[in-house]
Amino acid sequence: MNAFQRMNTALMVDESKKIFKVSRQAFVDPEILEAERTRIFDKCWLYLGHSSELAKPGDFVTRQVGGRNILFARDGKGNLKAMLNTCPHRGAQVCREKHGSAKSFQCFYHGWVFGLDGKLRSQPGETSYAEDFKERSTSNMQQVPRFESYRDFNFICFDKGVEDLSDYLGPVKEYLDVICDQAETGMTIVGGTQEYSMRANWKLLTENSIDGYHALTTHATYLDYLKSATGALAQVAFEGSARDLGKGHAVLEYKAPWGRPVAQWIPSWGEEGKRELSRLYDGLLARFGKERADRIATFNRNLFIFPNLVINDIMAVTVRTYYPAAPDFMNISAWALAPREETEWARKYRLFNFLEFLGPGGFATPDDVEALEQCQRGFRNSAEAQWNDISKGMGKANPSYDDELQMRAFWSNWNEHVFRVPA
Amino acid sequence: MQAIARTEVEDFLFAEAELLDEWRLPEWLELFTDDAIYYVPATDLAVDASPDNNLFYVADDRFRLSERVKRLMKRTAHAEFPHSRTRHLVSNVRIRKQIGDELEVSSAFITYRTKDGVTDTYFGSNRYRLLPGNGTFRIKEKRCLLDSEGLRGQGRVSIIL
Repeated sequence: MNAFQRMNTALMVDESKKIFKVSRQAFVDPEILEAERTRIFDKCWLYLGHSSELAKPGDFVTRQVGGRNILFARDGKGNLKAMLNTCPHRGAQVCREKHGSAKSFQCFYHGWVFGLDGKLRSQPGETSYAEDFKERSTSNMQQVPRFESYRDFNFICFDKGVEDLSDYLGPVKEYLDVICDQAETGMTIVGGTQEYSMRANWKLLTENSIDGYHALTTHATYLDYLKSATGALAQVAFEGSARDLGKGHAVLEYKAPWGRPVAQWIPSWGEEGKRELSRLYDGLLARFGKERADRIATFNRNLFIFPNLVINDIMAVTVRTYYPAAPDFMNISAWALAPREETEWARKYRLFNFLEFLGPGGFATPDDVEALEQCQRGFRNSAEAQWNDISKGMGKANPSYDDELQMRAFWSNWNEHVFRVPA
Repeated sequence: MQAIARTEVEDFLFAEAELLDEWRLPEWLELFTDDAIYYVPATDLAVDASPDNNLFYVADDRFRLSERVKRLMKRTAHAEFPHSRTRHLVSNVRIRKQIGDELEVSSAFITYRTKDGVTDTYFGSNRYRLLPGNGTFRIKEKRCLLDSEGLRGQGRVSIIL
């Protein structure tokens, strides 16, 4: 029996004493990672991509999701397909480009040709095969076991028996609605992917993405920057709340003092910006009424969808997903999401805003990378210094955005998955 | 205008690299014109993509570049405190074009960054727009094109490339 099997939890929880601790073993143990692979990434809905990335029939992207190579394509009828990117013949990856547009996919090894929907069209030496060979489903590229979407966010699952995506997301949908409703004609991923990595456990990024507590210290230089960029702040107090959305999902929603290219103006955007944002705000008002328009325009949301999707609707909208490569290494992919119909002005400022704060070249993310890598270094002491504490705000009726309720939501569900006795 | 020799451009780029490696960033900033830009595009974009409608890693105007320098000189720029040791190697310098006063220059680079016992390697090409004058140059544009697949190894661009 190994160390992992002897444990039945990585948590130390006592509600009455307001104790919530996580074993540092959870960040370093290869057996924990193995359990995460089979009990979380093989079982949960995972983000694949956004429909806007495949605008036309024939458009495709290839990406790694949950340890598999996935080919995500729009077929000739305009339907989205999620296929395992492996030839049914001998296993080679069929599509080797990161993105592009195709009429068909050909495996270069023996020359088998597949349609955009993965169906075998032709193969050299067809006469040597059984007559019904092409009619057999096993001759086609295999579809991912489950593939569903919500408001153009496409998810896949490797477990056929998983609940429907809609049920899985539950109250998350309402937040996705608020984010997507800022656009009248739908949201789109802007060109350009940020692909980076951290020498840290993937769960540290989950925590960090919904951690309102670290902003003032970790991101001191970003706040300096906002002060020094005259007129980069709105006259708004930093306040808000955190919610546990069930099934490990969580959200922070708060008013923040920076500009939002949806409709929160800051002086440095000038008169042109003011006109543009007031036009956008009027549109929201007409479509949704004042309360919802204000929520869409002036509130920020850090939305976490279990196990590894973060949508931050802050000074811009970022979509971020990440996977462990080892207990102490993760790969991250991040995209910028924006209203399709946005004017050139708004798009430009949105991206300018994005880069001020976000991404591995911004004024904030590199410091997050450093913080998480330093945590991982600290975990080398985990044999003696065993526990992380995430009890901030425990027992509060209305947890604040800078409490740690959202992390406890994640960890409780994580623990359920990893230590659940298989039925 | 008199033709400019490649060696003059090389001397300038080598001096730029030295300023970066010695963390003399305020002096480095002085190499740039008031309307200068410094770009590091995402690696899945066309080389001439615009940050107005594409996601980059870095897209600084002169103001943000000066703020980047200010930031990197602070203890609270945690990603670079204590400062990494770096070595910017510049090679394959070519003068591509001279239009009026302006020079288009390209170079290949390898930059090593060492911190906490880990060494990262960044590599790619730089494209400059340079303005000659007073026996030296000023940088109007520096566009740093990474050859790697994103930042899968390096994780961040917390130094100036």
